[in-house]
Amino acid sequence: MIDARIVKRLPAAQGGDPFELNVHLRSESPVTVLLGASGAGKTLTLNCLAGFAHPDEGRILVQDQLFFDAAAGVHLAPQKRRCGYIFQDHALFPHMTVRQNLRFAIQSSPPPRPGRLERHRRIQEMLEAFELADLSNRQPHELSGGQKQRASIARALVIQPRLLLLDEPTRGLDARLRASFYQILLSTKAKLKVPMIVVTHALDECFELADTVCVIDRGRLLQTGPKEQVIARPGSVELARLLGIYNLLPAEITHLDPGRKLSRLRLAGQEIEGPYLPATLRGDSGWLCVPRHELKVLPYPPQAGDNQLLLEVASSSVTARGVQLEFANGLVAEVSQSDYEDLRGSRELRVAVPRGAVHFLAR
Amino acid sequence: MGTLSGIDWFPLWLSLRVAALATAAVLVIGTWVAYMLSHKTFRGKDLIDSLITLPLVLPPTVLGYYLLVLLSRSSPLGHVYESIFGQPLVFTWQAAVVAAFLHSAPLFIKAVRAALESIDHRYELAAHSLGASELRTFFFVTLPLARNSLSALAALCFARALGDFGVTIMLAGNIPGRTQTLSVAIYDAVESGNGGLARVLVIIVSLAAIAILWPANWLARRTKPGIAG
Repeated sequence: MIDARIVKRLPAAQGGDPFELNVHLRSESPVTVLLGASGAGKTLTLNCLAGFAHPDEGRILVQDQLFFDAAAGVHLAPQKRRCGYIFQDHALFPHMTVRQNLRFAIQSSPPPRPGRLERHRRIQEMLEAFELADLSNRQPHELSGGQKQRASIARALVIQPRLLLLDEPTRGLDARLRASFYQILLSTKAKLKVPMIVVTHALDECFELADTVCVIDRGRLLQTGPKEQVIARPGSVELARLLGIYNLLPAEITHLDPGRKLSRLRLAGQEIEGPYLPATLRGDSGWLCVPRHELKVLPYPPQAGDNQLLLEVASSSVTARGVQLEFANGLVAEVSQSDYEDLRGSRELRVAVPRGAVHFLAR
Repeated sequence: MGTLSGIDWFPLWLSLRVAALATAAVLVIGTWVAYMLSHKTFRGKDLIDSLITLPLVLPPTVLGYYLLVLLSRSSPLGHVYESIFGQPLVFTWQAAVVAAFLHSAPLFIKAVRAALESIDHRYELAAHSLGASELRTFFFVTLPLARNSLSALAALCFARALGDFGVTIMLAGNIPGRTQTLSVAIYDAVESGNGGLARVLVIIVSLAAIAILWPANWLARRTKPGIAG
């Protein structure tokens, strides 16, 4: 259980504005992901949890241990918090071998410190669990990227931390190493039951790892909750923009039918159906929020189908995953390269919007 | 060898002893001061930084004069020294150690501070997060990571301590067989028209400097490991 209310003010950097972090994190999940753009205050939050930064106000409680309480004047030193911290680029001590890195960690760990035999057993156990036993006498510069990752997690876990903090752990890694890193983390989560807080700006990483997602933007917590809820139903236009996978188009509610659990939205003269929208009124205006990948683009004119918009193509661009089409009303959809071949040449296309994907954000 | 046999080697041995003691003192005190300046924020830090730079810009005679006043038998500090060691400090070989210390410490502190500041701070944070105290982190992480720079700077410090003249002659004087260091002996030899002796001593000092600087430069050039390595 993590309950952290953190207020930290930073003076203005050269030419910038002063920054204020003001967040209240509460999570009982095994993996909590702090998601946000760079400069949002994610790493600062992590540093306050680890004790590297001193909040101006607030209270941090982790697993029934009080780390910080501004009102009571409590600030537990980082050495006493027992927080494993995984840095970007790992920060393995370059002058020590892998085994020495682990030994330094266990000999430094806060009391009660294990005895000599127990220390040896735990180091050996970690080396074997992370497939490092054959590499234990190598120095970090003799390890591959993936091996360094494993060594840095093993070093953090050998002190049996209360909490594992990970700061953008896969930044700069290729897709294959990222995937293997997720595997390591998820198996660690299953085996060791150490709660983890992962900082990232990558939505895919968030989806892969998170149980609970906390979205931070400009020092504020925008939304917190289970990942399915936060990502499928963002609570504000701000959050939807930040996540960057949605179409946001101005829309107005023209019809609400609680009996059939349906609603109708009008956008730019055309109407589509969506699920019933509780706590809204007919005539409310706001934004239609629908993920880009949920849209299906169909050629025009063939069959008139269900819940479709007739739209004029404004531009198309090739992406790694296929072709991105931008329509005159600002809507963006993605299609595969082969589907695009069938659509090419038409100025107007039909875009099918699945009813379940329709999400309305009031203004 | 005929000419060398008549030379009094005392100044060389004294200089080596003075430089070694001064370097040892600079290594301990200087590294501590450099660590405090690079890692801590405290009131008066800028003032201390300026005071450390002062010996680099003041004429040695001015510095020597200050020290004479500060450490003379009638001063409180000189009095304390005399009551502990049973003899005054000024005009002894120990005063030459003080002079050599002041001659070499400022550059050492400035360079070590820069070296400590250039170490990636995340290594120290990592050690703290694992539970290592500040002292343990310093000895097992910070110091080993700075060891190449520190060894090179210690060698430079020794070379500089070997060569002090101005403050030494003010504070320790020029007493042959007691406080006459190598650089003072060279001055003495030139003054008394003993060109042969001066030449031999000059060559010794120059060779010693090269012998120290060469490996020091090699050490300093060795790249320190980066965090991404």
